[in-house]
Amino acid sequence: MRNLIAFPLLGLAVILQSSVLSQVRLLSGYADLLLVILAAWALQERVESSWHWGALTCMFIGFISNLPLPVVILGYFGVLFLARVLQRRVWHAPLLAMFSVVFLGTLFFQVLSFVFLRFSGTPLAIGDVVSLITLPSLLLNMLLAIPIYTFMRDVSYWVYPLEEYE
Amino acid sequence: MNSRSLQTTIIFLVVGGILVLAFSGALGSASRGFTSVLIDTQTWISSRFLGFQDFVTAPRDIVTLRQRNAELEAQVSQLQAQLIELQQRVNETEILAALVDFSRSNPESTYKAASVIGRDPSPFLHYIIINRGSNDDIRRGMPVVTNQGLVGRVDAVIADAARVQLITDPASSVNVYLQNADTSAVLYGSVTGDVSLDLISQDATVEAGDLILTSGLGGGYPADLIIGQVVTVRSLEFELFQQATVQPAVDFSRLEIVLVITNFRPVDITPLEPVATPAP
Repeated sequence: MRNLIAFPLLGLAVILQSSVLSQVRLLSGYADLLLVILAAWALQERVESSWHWGALTCMFIGFISNLPLPVVILGYFGVLFLARVLQRRVWHAPLLAMFSVVFLGTLFFQVLSFVFLRFSGTPLAIGDVVSLITLPSLLLNMLLAIPIYTFMRDVSYWVYPLEEYE
Repeated sequence: MNSRSLQTTIIFLVVGGILVLAFSGALGSASRGFTSVLIDTQTWISSRFLGFQDFVTAPRDIVTLRQRNAELEAQVSQLQAQLIELQQRVNETEILAALVDFSRSNPESTYKAASVIGRDPSPFLHYIIINRGSNDDIRRGMPVVTNQGLVGRVDAVIADAARVQLITDPASSVNVYLQNADTSAVLYGSVTGDVSLDLISQDATVEAGDLILTSGLGGGYPADLIIGQVVTVRSLEFELFQQATVQPAVDFSRLEIVLVITNFRPVDITPLEPVATPAP
């Protein structure tokens, strides 16, 4: 039942992303709070509902963004898949796993967005995209990684208390 | 009265008399010296006493001062909050006044003001979200402007909000008219948010500073909306068209309130466009 916190939490994150973070630009890139939250959530050991959180995020973002829905779904579920795989393999180094997921996940999402938009006829120059969007977004997402990971760990302890987990 | 007490009385009277004479100034310079010493002594004692009194009563004053300080700090915070709110209202009023001026000077259109409440979460796209939707008769395709010029057009609408594609979006293209050069062109957005002109005829003489307006061709936007000015022109002999970079009139990074032109209905000319037939 405590998993229902996903609705206000992700809703608030979408509002913050749309109204605040999208205004805090580094060149033309900005941080993807939802991606970092999903990565941090999926990396928590006790969490079993990461796919539900992913679906909810896709619904929210698909609603407000003009990004094609397949990009949103493939992008966020790709990040979740990556996080779950890495969580099983490098569970003893969670911060390393977090950085790896955020780094690879951001690259994956950006490549996916670029390819889809390019094929749908939007003229995008790869040099501009890499230097002005991808690298700055990557840096901002990495900066968010540690605080968001810490926060989501606390949330996971609240959603999945130890006695219930054991 | 015995002789001892009589002696004491006389001594007191003599000393008292001398003191009266000294205070009254009858003793001349001796009198002045005496009073000055007395006053200095009193000043010294008085100042020491006041210092001592301050020291003794200080804790009580510090508590009072701290309370007063806390009260004043709370008051300052409250006033600062009020100041920020008022400043915000002044800014909003200024923007609205400019928009009202704009709508008065363009009476042929009807406008609906809307606040910008968000932007697209993807850095690849240049869209804004406004707080007016189908409940306010906003429809897809309606142009969005500010008093400075064209912003974009409504791309998607829900009951109480709408998403607007900015002219800086990489997928945006606007048919424009260069007033001084008397020629048409197409304005494209880019991923960086810069806008540029393409498809300018090689015969046209385009110069920096030329004003760019919407041409109305294609039915997507009404004619004569200001877009910006030409900054630089690139003209190469071996190319079919000239290109130009543009300084938009609107500051897209500081969009707060916009106007939706509600009496404009875009024309969909897709059925009229020639269909490419395969070669026999």
